[in-house]
Parts: sequence; structure tokens; C-alpha cells
Amino acid sequence: MSAVLIAVMVVPLAGALAAWLSPSGPGALSTIASGTATFGLCLALVPTVAGHQGTGAVAALGGWLRVDALSMVFLIATAFLYALTAVFAVGYVAADRSAGALYRRRLYAGINLFAWAMVVAPLMDNLGLLWVAIEVTTVVSALLVAIEGTDGAIEASWKYILIASLGLGLSLLATAVIYHAGSYSLGHGYDLSYSQLLNAGPHYPTGTVRLAYLLAVLGFGTKVGLFPVHTWLPDAHSEAPTPVSALLSGSLLATSLYAILRYYQVAGRVGAGAFARDVLGGFGVATLLLGAVYLASQRDLKRLLAYSSIEHMGIVAIGVSFASPLALTGALLHVLAHAAAKGTSFFGAGSIVRKLHTKDLERIRGGVGLLPWSGPMLVGGMLGLSALPPFGTFRSELSIVAGGLSGGARANTAEEAVAAALVVLTTLGFLGLSWHLTQGLLSPGRPGPGERGEPSKLMVVAMALGLVGLVVLGVHPPAQLSGLLHGAAAELGGAR
Amino acid sequence: MTTSLVAAAPPTPPTTFAGATEALAIFVLLVVFAMLREALLRSQVRLYALQSLAVSTLAGVLAASQHAADLYALAGISFLLKVVVVPAVVLHLLGEAEVDLAGSHRFGVATMVLAGVVVSAFGFLAVGAVHLNPAGSGGLPVPALSAGAATVLVSFVLVMFRADVVSQAVGFFSMENGVSVASLVFAARMPLILEVSFLFDVLVAALAFGVIMRAHHRRAASLSTETLDQLRG
Repeated sequence: MSAVLIAVMVVPLAGALAAWLSPSGPGALSTIASGTATFGLCLALVPTVAGHQGTGAVAALGGWLRVDALSMVFLIATAFLYALTAVFAVGYVAADRSAGALYRRRLYAGINLFAWAMVVAPLMDNLGLLWVAIEVTTVVSALLVAIEGTDGAIEASWKYILIASLGLGLSLLATAVIYHAGSYSLGHGYDLSYSQLLNAGPHYPTGTVRLAYLLAVLGFGTKVGLFPVHTWLPDAHSEAPTPVSALLSGSLLATSLYAILRYYQVAGRVGAGAFARDVLGGFGVATLLLGAVYLASQRDLKRLLAYSSIEHMGIVAIGVSFASPLALTGALLHVLAHAAAKGTSFFGAGSIVRKLHTKDLERIRGGVGLLPWSGPMLVGGMLGLSALPPFGTFRSELSIVAGGLSGGARANTAEEAVAAALVVLTTLGFLGLSWHLTQGLLSPGRPGPGERGEPSKLMVVAMALGLVGLVVLGVHPPAQLSGLLHGAAAELGGAR
Repeated sequence: MTTSLVAAAPPTPPTTFAGATEALAIFVLLVVFAMLREALLRSQVRLYALQSLAVSTLAGVLAASQHAADLYALAGISFLLKVVVVPAVVLHLLGEAEVDLAGSHRFGVATMVLAGVVVSAFGFLAVGAVHLNPAGSGGLPVPALSAGAATVLVSFVLVMFRADVVSQAVGFFSMENGVSVASLVFAARMPLILEVSFLFDVLVAALAFGVIMRAHHRRAASLSTETLDQLRG
């Protein structure tokens, strides 16, 4: 399995190189090949990691690469969306006759490189290298946001690189502080492996670990889209090319959250678990509130989906803060379901953009009717984002709320109040999305002359696969995946 | 606020190295205040080079005090990158722009400096309030750490209150210097990967900032961020 782990790291990078060096035709093929191959390789790792009730792990390169149940969940979310995005991107670019060869090469290479950095992040058994991987995601994705060179794209890219870099500066300080804390047990010069950090945990100074955790939440939280450091997110998601928007929303936010969870684990080991949960819960509620409130007032389809991402990251943060096994399992399932739902929805938005050349919700009134396949699937994706059955988001949010109410780590009034707030705010978010669905996309108005048809078959295929994944997660998640989720929840449960 | 920290360790006079560390950290903080009040973009970049020189010297001082060869290497590479390469690249970009040689302010200089003083005081108080020296452990130089934290916060003020891409980029680089100071104080013997991360941070940020600054200048014929206000809500 070590060879598979190395291959997971190498394949997207090879895809990026091939896409950059070859003309657009082979570049498109290599993008699809590397996306699907990476997902296949990740699936091959699942039985080993999910074995023994989710306590398995695979390591390679002398322990520098390591995947356990927690990192596997995030790896699958990224690899799944990478595969779908690769397929979608080829159709998306083919449907744009004005796209030049250089643009195509840059976009394909950039998508592969971006996916590579996000795949590599959870593979790193080292907080320093994890930070480097996330830094690479920032640089590559900021350049991808600006790739179309419009005024909006440049503005969004500038805000993104500036705010995310400031946040990552704080998270780099968090890395240094956690290193200092670890040196009390592990001595100087240890390699920041979090396997080591977790094993030696109880002897760290609590105040120092709390400081590191707080810096990590603020720093990496910038990239998660946690309130109040979320301001770059709606701009970047709405101005990026749609395949990039899907990766930003479904994978990048989750990858950054993964980094926070590694600090969360260390905090739990030193007896600062309650502090870690309170901080994450507080940020989660504020983030969910912001996302739910802003959803209703959007006029741009991609901004609407961006605020939905903020809302869903708040939900995951709250789920983790409950810390009961059920809520943790729900939060991790939500990471997977959100990747599928957001990918499907952004792909649908991309189809609308290609068909109608606008993202303005007012101008695409009734636009769904022009897209025989992707129109209904976009509606399905948005219903998934509203956490309706039979979608995976319904199952995950139900688990989170049930876990919060049924007695988590503290089982006190505050936790029940947070669970109640979660229900109220997700309902508010549901109302916002439903309003836009019924008043905009599904309303009888027609946006103007245009033939009924799809811009590209590949775009439809990517959406269909995303929707199938979302339904499978809701109706009957595979047994090994469930084992993986329980194993990952058990790893995180150490914060209790 | 540092009373409890002082009580945890016997009061001994600072060594020459500790004194030099604290003096350099305070100097780094003072330079970011100078950046706040400096109107000319070129002067701001030169101040960044000066601040980076202080950070590289700090790494050298710590290398000498701990006899750490890797810290000498870090000091050398940091000097090359942050004192020479990054300022040269930014000055080159400014030379290409030929406009906006004075930066734009969202607020007056007095307001910015006042805000800097407030957040700086907060930084000192916050670091003092966190019990970073467990009983029986070797003491961290808390004043230097506080100065690093204050530098980070004042750099945030610079980024928020200045309305041109060069000042905002310099604000980010200055924040990175503050993080470097705090990290050197916290974990001078940090593993190589962490040391490399700091330089990697500056390098890739300079690359990405440079690309986007050029793209912005090409479209807007200006370095001001006043035109970057289309996306709201």
C-alpha cells in the first residue's frame, strides 16, 4: 500500500506537467486521466485504512507520508471532486470557443497542480509540511482565480491572496508555537510529526498549546471561510472559472479545516479539549449565522453558492465542537456530502453560465428549462445543499443535531442551545436557497431566445456522477466508508 | 501583566544575547511604525529591507548564542531573499508602473499611528496574559515575543488602512517579519522544514503578489486599490 500512497502523491503532479507541456487535446486527456486515477488510487487505500474498525494507517517514505482514517476522509473528498472537476473542466473549456490554447494549458495545468496540493496536504505526517501544502494551494488557486483577467477576477484574486496570506502567516506562527510546546516532551529538533505530537501530548504546557490552537483556528480559518475572516471567499468563488470554484468550495475549505482538526487533536491530548471545542463552536455558530443571513440577499448564482459554502463550514465546525461520536461522524460525513453537493451545484452554475453568459439570478430566471439534464440536476444539487432527503447532507446534518442533543462531551444546556441554533439557522439557509430556487431558477420566466440543449456532454456526466455520490451518501453509504467515518470520529474524539 | 512570569523564574539580569534579541525585536516593531507614516512607496520598500535586515541579524545573534549552523544559514538566506531580492523585485515593479509613487491612505497618518499604538499595546498585554513559561522551564524572552506579536498586529493596520497594492504587500511582508521574530524567539532550534517554510512563504507570496499587482496595473493603470470595489455583498 505504500506504493499506492506514493502514487497518489505523484499522479496529479504528473497530470499537471503533462497538461502544461502538451497541446490542449492531450492536456485535456491527461487531466481526466490523472483525476480519475487519483480517485481510484485513494479508493484502493480505503480497505486498509478502514480495516480494524478504522484504526488502520498506511505510511510511506520513512513516515513522511501517512494516511489514517481522519486524513483518508478528507483525501477521498478531494480526490472525488478532483475526478469530477477534471471531467467537467474539459467539457467546460470545449464549450468556450473563445478559449485560446494558452488559456487551456494554464487552466488544465493549474487545476491539476491545485488538486495535487490539496491531495498532498492530508498525506503529510508533519505540521510544517502540511502548512507548506496549504500555502501552495493558496498561491496556485489565487492565480487560477485571476486567470480570466477581468476586473472582477483581479479584484477577487488580490483580496484572496492578501487575506489568505495574512491568515497563513498566523498559522505558520501556530506551527512554531506548537513546536515549542512539543519540545517540552520531545526535545529540540524533532520533526513536527503529529503522530509524535499526539503520542507525547499530555506533558505539553497547556497555555502554549491553547495559543497555538487559537492561532491555527484564526490562520487556517481564513481559508476555511470562518467568520470574520471569510471576506475573500464569496469574491473568489464567484469570479473564478467554474471548475476552480467547485474545487475551492468543495475541497479547499475542507482541506484547511483538516489542518485545524490536527491542532484540535493535540489540544485534546493536553486537556485543552473543552477550550478547543468552545473556540470551534463559537466560530461555527457565527459563521453559520453569517452564511444563512447572506444567502437570501444574493443576486449572483455563484455568490449564492459561495455563501452556502460558508454556511456548511459553520455546520461542520459545530458538529466537531459537539464531540460526541454521532456528531463527529456526521461532521465528517458532511465534508464528503458537501463536496459532492457543491461540486454538482457549481457544475450546474457553470452550465448556466455557458448557456446564458450570465450569473445574475434575475437574468437567468427560468434558465433551468433550457438545460434538459443539468437544469434538473442543478436543482437536485441545491436541494442537497438545503439538506433535504435523500441526500447525504440530510443524513449528516441529522447526525450532527442528534449528536448535539443526545449528550456529547458536556451534554449541557449550552450544547443544546447550540444544537437548537443549528436547526434554526440551517432552516434559515434552507429558506434562502428555496427562495432563489422557486423565484429564480424554477420560475416560468424565460431569459431570452436560446435553444434547449446542453453546452457539453462531459459537463452533464460530471454533474450526474456528483449527484449519484450525494444520493449514495444519503441512502446507503458503503460499509467500508462508514467504518472509515467511525474510525476518524474516534481519532477526533480524543479531544474529549 | 508579566508579574507571574517573572515570579516563576529567579530575576537574573539579561545576557548580552538576550538583550540584543530584545533590542532587535523592538527595532523591528519601530520600523513598521515608520512604514505606517511613510507616504512614498519606494521609501516603504526600503524600510521593509531595513526591517528584514534586523530580522536576519536576529537570526544571526541567535545562531551565535546557540552555536547553531543551520541558523547561520537561515540568517544568510533570509538576508539574501528579504533584504535584497524581494525589495529589488518590488522596486522594479514600481519602476515599471511609473505612477502612484505616493501611496493612498484611507485614514490620516495620525489615525493610523494611533491605531498602531492601540493594537501594539494589545499585543504586549495579550502575550503577557498567556502563561507561556511553565513553572520550572527555561524562560522565554517575553518582551521580544511581545514585540513580534505587536509587529504582526501593526502590520495588519498597515494592510487595512493603506489603499494601494504596494503598501498592502509590504504590510504582508512586514507581518511575516513579525512572525519570524516571534518564531525565532519561540523556537530558535526549530526543524529545518519550519525554517524553510518561512522563506518559502516570502518567496511564493512575492511571486503571487507580483503577478497580480502587474495584472492590476495593466488593467487599471494604477496601483491604488480604490478601483477594487466592484465585488460587494
